[in-house]
Amino acid sequence: MNLNQVSRMGVVAALTVCALLYPGCSGSNRDAERAGAATIQNKGSDTMVNVAQAWAEEYRTVNPKVDVEVSGGGSGVGIAALIRGTIDIANASRDIKDEEIQQAKANTGKEPKGFVAGYDALAVYVNRTNPLDEISLEQLAEIFVEDGRITKWSQLGVRIPDVRDDTIVRVSRQSSSGTYEFFREKVLHKKDFELGSRDMNGSKEVVELVGNARTAIGYSGMGYANSGVKMLRIAEKPGQPGVPPTAETTLNKTYPIARSLNLYVLGDPKGAVKDYIDWILSNAGQQIVEASGYVPLSAKKSAR
Amino acid sequence: MIGEKLLELVIRFSGISAILFVLAIFLFVFREALPVLTSEKFSVIQFFTSIEWYPTSVNNVRYGTLALIAGTFSVTLLAMAFAVPLGLGGAIFLSEFCGPKLRETLKIVIELLAAIPSVVWGFIGLTVMSRIIVKYTSAPVGVNMLNGAIILALMAVPIIVSIGEDALKAVPDAYREAGQALGATKWQLVYRVLLPAAKNGLLAAVLLGVGRAVGETMAVLMATGHAVHIPHGILDSIRTLTANIAAELGEAPVGSEHYRVLFLTGVLLFTITFLVNLGADLVIRGVRRK
Repeated sequence: MNLNQVSRMGVVAALTVCALLYPGCSGSNRDAERAGAATIQNKGSDTMVNVAQAWAEEYRTVNPKVDVEVSGGGSGVGIAALIRGTIDIANASRDIKDEEIQQAKANTGKEPKGFVAGYDALAVYVNRTNPLDEISLEQLAEIFVEDGRITKWSQLGVRIPDVRDDTIVRVSRQSSSGTYEFFREKVLHKKDFELGSRDMNGSKEVVELVGNARTAIGYSGMGYANSGVKMLRIAEKPGQPGVPPTAETTLNKTYPIARSLNLYVLGDPKGAVKDYIDWILSNAGQQIVEASGYVPLSAKKSAR
Repeated sequence: MIGEKLLELVIRFSGISAILFVLAIFLFVFREALPVLTSEKFSVIQFFTSIEWYPTSVNNVRYGTLALIAGTFSVTLLAMAFAVPLGLGGAIFLSEFCGPKLRETLKIVIELLAAIPSVVWGFIGLTVMSRIIVKYTSAPVGVNMLNGAIILALMAVPIIVSIGEDALKAVPDAYREAGQALGATKWQLVYRVLLPAAKNGLLAAVLLGVGRAVGETMAVLMATGHAVHIPHGILDSIRTLTANIAAELGEAPVGSEHYRVLFLTGVLLFTITFLVNLGADLVIRGVRRK
């Protein structure tokens, strides 16, 4: 077989693929043109990617002319894309840094503007049979940090019933998780995790593993609690009273490891982007925040 | 006439496409990995000898894969310890001891076993097997090396059985007849005549089983506990090279150092499975030449 034949085959294959794909593509393009529609590029936090997708899907029923494209990658990735000016809205489960604001101004001439779209309280879970109810941030750090001092439950004065080996089983997240980064920043103060933790691939898996292992401790979103686990009260410093992770303590900022879920845009939002953000901040958008397991902006809007 | 020629071309292309794909995949994986080899933060010695895997550390990024390599090999070895006796036993039973009716049924069931998607195996490991392990052993967590090895063994057994059975079937009947004429019992026949005669084919069956186990991703990701840790016992949680790539590649920024190091672990994995498969292939060729 000579090269010519190969290339002809390639053309045939390519045409077949096109024929299969083309009607779908061209159809939606034509629809979009007819309606004079806009596409909103939305990228960033992996913690928020689910709620962002839920917003995008629901918004399609509100305003079919506007197409919202959502992707993850991490808060830093989203903000970097905003600085380059390639997206319209960046999702971030942390606040934008000063140098990022400067970079954005230098690069695009516009100042990033942030909107808080909801909150998340990062809960610390232990097994239901664990007598511990409360932990301080310092103790938590000593459990999870590289070369940390606390490796056994007895060091916390806890006796787990019916267990011979009371080594603490640490349950963490894979390193690309935004939750992992938030925990590392706020609890470990940017130091590294001790290796050997069970690094789960999802928030739900963390809670399930903790529910099945009596000596385990793990962190995950508050919306994932089940009957096998309990959420610990968190004390900012040892000796201070612990605060439970609830919508209320998140909103009044007494829970020490709560975070806001932010949307960043360049300059004042206009047109379709403004309408979309207004809708996210409205009752309808906030209901989706709650349905996704996070805390909506105002507890009054919460149905719970 | 033209239709026939076109069809022949299409079939010819399908035939050689495998080579193109393998080459293209290797080139792509290698090209993505290459730039990291010259990066300052990366050292090849650390890559192979350090257990410290901190690809996203704020202050001190470290790319040591020793624990991941140890995880891959330990879980594969343990899996083979379960799968080889079970698989070869199954192959011997199917080809020598069982009646034609039972054989057909068994073959269908074994094929069914091979057709179960790996994510379903992982799910079984995560839910059913982990509870059993916690109940009957002293393990604090049910997702560990033992769990992953049992799941991998169950996935490798169908391959070992079907290829092993083919190898035994390929032994000429004259061998069996001669053995029986000499008064050998059935077991003596298997042990002294058939196993030595089919040993290359059986080895190939085992090696293909190993290849399956080394390359498996989803099931081990879910069943082994995903902890960066050199195992001290079979109840320790581990992380494999494959599971590490699956968990981290999706969210590593494209083109970043982390992304490239993950591709480098891909090259490593590709090399391991290539060597295992090549070994199996050479062994099979050895069989044919006889």
